[in-house]
Amino acid sequence: MARSVSTQRKIITTAAAWLIGLLIFFPIFWTILTSFKTEAQAISNPPVFFNFDWTLENYAVVQERSDYMRFLWNSVIIAGGSTVLGIIIAVPAAWSMAFVPSAKTKNILLWMLSTKMMPAVGALYPLSLLFVWLNLLDTRFGLIMVLMLSNMPIIVWMLYTYFREIPGEILEASRMDGATLREEIFYILTPMAIPGIASTLLLNFILAWNEAFWTLNLTAAKAAPLTAFIASYSSPEGLFFAKLSAASTMAIAPILILGWFSQKQLVRGLTFGAVK
Amino acid sequence: MSLRNTLCAATALTLVTATGAMAADPTATITIATVNNGDMIRMQGYTDQFTAETGIAVDWVTLEENVLRQRVTTDITTKGGQFDVMTIGMYETPIWGANDWLVPLSDMSAEYDVDDILPAMRNGLSHDGTLYAAPFYGESSMVMYRTDLMEAAGLTMPKDPTWQFIREAAAAMDDPANDVNGICLRGKAGWGEGGSFITVTANSFGASWFDEDWNAQFDQPEWSDAVNFYVNLMNDYGPEGYATNGFNENLSLFNQGKCGMWIDATVAASFVTGDDSTVKDSVGFALAPNAEGVEKRSNWLWAWALAIPAGTQQEAEAKTFIEWATSKAYIELVAANEGWANVPPGARTSLYENPEYLKVPFAQMTLDSINAADPTNPSVKPVPYVGIQFVAIPEYAGIATEVSQEFSAAYAGQQTVEEALEKAQALTNDAMEAAGYR
Repeated sequence: MARSVSTQRKIITTAAAWLIGLLIFFPIFWTILTSFKTEAQAISNPPVFFNFDWTLENYAVVQERSDYMRFLWNSVIIAGGSTVLGIIIAVPAAWSMAFVPSAKTKNILLWMLSTKMMPAVGALYPLSLLFVWLNLLDTRFGLIMVLMLSNMPIIVWMLYTYFREIPGEILEASRMDGATLREEIFYILTPMAIPGIASTLLLNFILAWNEAFWTLNLTAAKAAPLTAFIASYSSPEGLFFAKLSAASTMAIAPILILGWFSQKQLVRGLTFGAVK
Repeated sequence: MSLRNTLCAATALTLVTATGAMAADPTATITIATVNNGDMIRMQGYTDQFTAETGIAVDWVTLEENVLRQRVTTDITTKGGQFDVMTIGMYETPIWGANDWLVPLSDMSAEYDVDDILPAMRNGLSHDGTLYAAPFYGESSMVMYRTDLMEAAGLTMPKDPTWQFIREAAAAMDDPANDVNGICLRGKAGWGEGGSFITVTANSFGASWFDEDWNAQFDQPEWSDAVNFYVNLMNDYGPEGYATNGFNENLSLFNQGKCGMWIDATVAASFVTGDDSTVKDSVGFALAPNAEGVEKRSNWLWAWALAIPAGTQQEAEAKTFIEWATSKAYIELVAANEGWANVPPGARTSLYENPEYLKVPFAQMTLDSINAADPTNPSVKPVPYVGIQFVAIPEYAGIATEVSQEFSAAYAGQQTVEEALEKAQALTNDAMEAAGYR
């Protein structure tokens, strides 16, 4: 029987949820608001909220100075490519760990996760040298590989968790009906795990989209994605906060829209298996 | 038509066609790494003109200063070859030049007139007398002050003030009721932010980073005098939270009329007198101060310069670009289109001999400030290093970042000045010992 929740408690938890949500969203809101101010208004103290002359000048300047579409296209290819490739490799890996585990499976999973604990800069020189030897510097393919590998532990872990929720008996039944391994994974397991795979896909797309260490350090002019686009408006000598905000808004807009339309799938996937 | 005439005509036609093709389609593309500073962005706007003149196309990679340093260092040391021209500063140039990481700029054309580069800039961008980077713009530091507040306080700013006068003026101009701080100075951690400022302040109190045997000098009374003076000045007349203020934060405060004085880079002069400043018509300039009786002033010296990494496949094209961007003709091009106040300052002697440029209110003080800086003798004490607001050794950036963090913690009241100096002394000596200097 479900526990009854008092109205007062509902109001408090709802208000707390809204407060936390607004707090998290405030930096994004402020960035968007600043992008419509002049540079002088952007730094005014006390800050101005809505009572200023709204301008699109910053967007015009950014548009004129930078080839936004080139950066955007690179971001789409790099984030999309690394995510899709990661999923293709991770689904069989997570399947084997979830349904035919060995004595060392847990250790392997922990070891995979432990690679995320090393600061990325620790691998900068070895990876840079590797990229020079393989002629991968400033290429989208090189970045797809790096981001795919760096996000792989998270992808495998998430998929493993979702797959563990699926009863093994269903897969056994399909095998008894003569399904091959490929058919078992693609026609039985994958459709059942669609919410989990979708949320893994979305989350990793967002992670790859926002990745700013490798994308800044392994690119120059050709493969630079939107993170490099934002970085080009940061200045230690000069007040260009309004232009930086316009560039940031343009960079986060696609992922914000994607997140907005797929929020149901994201929440469903992230809470998949949390309640039994 | 004879065969000979036919061949001549064909050759001429080929040449004309080739020349035409060169003008229409770039023959080469160079990649330039740069920072997002006003003068650099302005230069990017003239790229098409450079391409039309030379047939060389340009790809720009604009990065934040610290990211740029990390990026170009990695590229040079791994021989990545991603960049044909790099924007680097006075700290990196002599070190990288000594390592043969940069192409010497010893064969610039006669028209370029390398002797016209300001001597302070040329020396700072050379190693063993060889120029390794051409200055695009140079800067020192100076006092920027509100002439209206100074007048209201009944004081007159001398051309060469002392720290004691600066304190007196800060006290007179400080007006918390009207949200005006007597003085705004950098306190933010980072070797290029608050670290630079406290180093030049210490120089002007007679301190130095090292003695001739590379022993740290933070245990000397001059350092204690300098840091205590700074902390007392800022606690009494500085803005709230000054420990986290850098160039941009102070520029913002000054432009909003919230600082009586600001001591910082000369390049800020064009910002505080620009349209975004609410006090643009009442700003005066003076040399950076010194403590009474100390010969050295707290001027620093810096240049953003263009260099060619060794190993580039397009050395000739890169050199062509550097000659174009740092030439007298480029300065005239910007002046003709955007006015003399917007030309890149601090690089060429001829600019300061131009009567049109000298009409710009901060022009002469910028030159005087640059000339007052001596990187080879930064302190009144003999030192084994070159550099004013930095020490030109590879280990400095790491050490000075940690030292400035200790100082910023003292500014924020998290520890005493004496504790910060003790820690700075210990960590610097440890790092220098590990690096083999001691």
